[in-house]
Amino acid sequence: MVISIASGKGGTGKTTVGVNLAVSLDKRVRFFDCDVEEPNAHLFLKPIINERTAVNTFVPEIDFTKCTYCGKCGEICQFNAIAVLKDYVLTFPELCHSCRGCLFVCPEKAVQESSRELGVIEQGRAGQVEFIHGRLRIGEAMSPPLIRAVKERIDKRQINIIDAPPGTSCPVIAALKGADFALLVTEPTPFGLNDLILAVEAVRALKIPLGVVLNRAGNGDVCVQSYLARENIPLLLEIPMDRKIAEAYSRGQMIVDVMPEWKEKFRGLYQKIEDILNGNRWGNA
Amino acid sequence: MKELTIISGKGGTGKTSLVAAFASLAVNKVIVDGDVDAADLHLILKPEIKTHEEFKGGRKAVINPDLCTACGQCIELCQFKAISKDYVIDEFSCEGCGVCVHFCPVQAIEFPENICGEWFVSETRLGPFVHAKLGIAEENSGKLITTIRRQAEKLGEERGLDMILIDGPPGIGCPVIAATTGASAVLVVTEPTVSGVHDLERVGELTKYFKIPAMVCINKFDINLDVADRIEKYCVQEGFELVGKIPYDPIFTEAMIAEKTIIEYSPNGLSEMVRGMWGRIINRMETI
Ligand code: SF4
Ligand code: SF4
Repeated sequence: MVISIASGKGGTGKTTVGVNLAVSLDKRVRFFDCDVEEPNAHLFLKPIINERTAVNTFVPEIDFTKCTYCGKCGEICQFNAIAVLKDYVLTFPELCHSCRGCLFVCPEKAVQESSRELGVIEQGRAGQVEFIHGRLRIGEAMSPPLIRAVKERIDKRQINIIDAPPGTSCPVIAALKGADFALLVTEPTPFGLNDLILAVEAVRALKIPLGVVLNRAGNGDVCVQSYLARENIPLLLEIPMDRKIAEAYSRGQMIVDVMPEWKEKFRGLYQKIEDILNGNRWGNA
Repeated sequence: MKELTIISGKGGTGKTSLVAAFASLAVNKVIVDGDVDAADLHLILKPEIKTHEEFKGGRKAVINPDLCTACGQCIELCQFKAISKDYVIDEFSCEGCGVCVHFCPVQAIEFPENICGEWFVSETRLGPFVHAKLGIAEENSGKLITTIRRQAEKLGEERGLDMILIDGPPGIGCPVIAATTGASAVLVVTEPTVSGVHDLERVGELTKYFKIPAMVCINKFDINLDVADRIEKYCVQEGFELVGKIPYDPIFTEAMIAEKTIIEYSPNGLSEMVRGMWGRIINRMETI
């Protein structure tokens, strides 16, 4: 089972929901922080990291003893990562999407495999939780390949919880793809609603069943609730606006650390997700 | 023309509410919503759209089943595993590299240009506004941000304005790089939480990497005074000017629900602090 936790925007409490859910289940859980630009879940789960792997991706390197400057590699590149000059070939590794088109197309075999580092994957353990996250290298623009590399460690036989990055574009899609369930976290404000609508559109485009957790409930208005009712999207849990929770968060504590009674509620949340999946009550029907 | 980009390691720090407040305070500026992934500023600015353009970014491959001979070349070459066993290309996985198009022996793959969003030039009660909407699941948010920044620069020059105020995207990846490279300065809005510090350190590194002068504002600083203190020390140590500390105040949410900037909603109290901060930002910008 793969549950991806997403929200149109960061700061809605996505990580809070993910880590509390993971530790409440009393089962072996794999937790993936796929917000590789700003991974934060480790600050709450505090895992002991025992494995670090660098993730590299292909970039071309030109062998000038073979190159005839025919220009074919530059032509096929859709990302302007190769420019062929009269007697030189410029490569821009940070623009390269690693499609290997240049490698395939070069008649002289002058394009060679080289690599750039996208970031690292760190894996460790926090109690029952097997923890995996990616960290994008500073200055690296492309996160989806790193997210995909993190997700290769999913074990379908276990419960896998994925903390997705914010937004609705390529990194989120990379994190959501292949999930069995999308849990969207939002707040009861106009910004929260606006971002939720975008996230729902993205999840529906991917045809993944979905449900919503409303965070900081009671702090705004009821715009989110009426939207959910209108769209027939299940509201699975409400977490009230509570300064105690905000302060715990600020110290790197989870809700269940300061209010253990919440374990039951997060278990209930998981149960509802299972019920939806078993009863085939598609959130996006 | 000076360009100020407001960013935050992560969303939810109150960045957009602050940008809206600055929009109330700044004169002679163009406002840009550079958070094209999840644009929110229009909810407060209520723009009247004047021009509207499609944003084309890259291409996507499509296999014509009538021509395909199922030779399997394309599946073998695609590095993104975007082509299924029955030769259908998954649009969410296709990166538009065109390798399959080039190598298909029977030219069965089309490669149409992809419309992946739209952008707008609008008028608002607070001045001209350039904003965009990225299609769902589209990439190229970086390119779209660059497009609207160029448009804002053009508009600013035409109208003889002094400043471009950009509500930036979260994170440190491609959209943030597109929203900040070449900017005169950035303001990082952070909160005093352990994750806030962590995110601030990451964006701090990013601004150093690209050599952009950075200012910092701690929002909701009274949620955790110890961490707020740590952020202050970090700023001193890294040479980032701390331009403001704003207490937690539900008035931000109230103003948002009323679709107003906090300056418009309640000119006293908190707004005075934001005004003071804006003064410090302007002073700093003048020295750049
Ligand atoms: S395709 Fe090969 S030979 Fe032609 S310019 Fe590129 S590297 Fe050189
Ligand atoms: S390369 Fe062309 S003909 Fe061969 S399977 Fe792909 S689309 Fe079909």
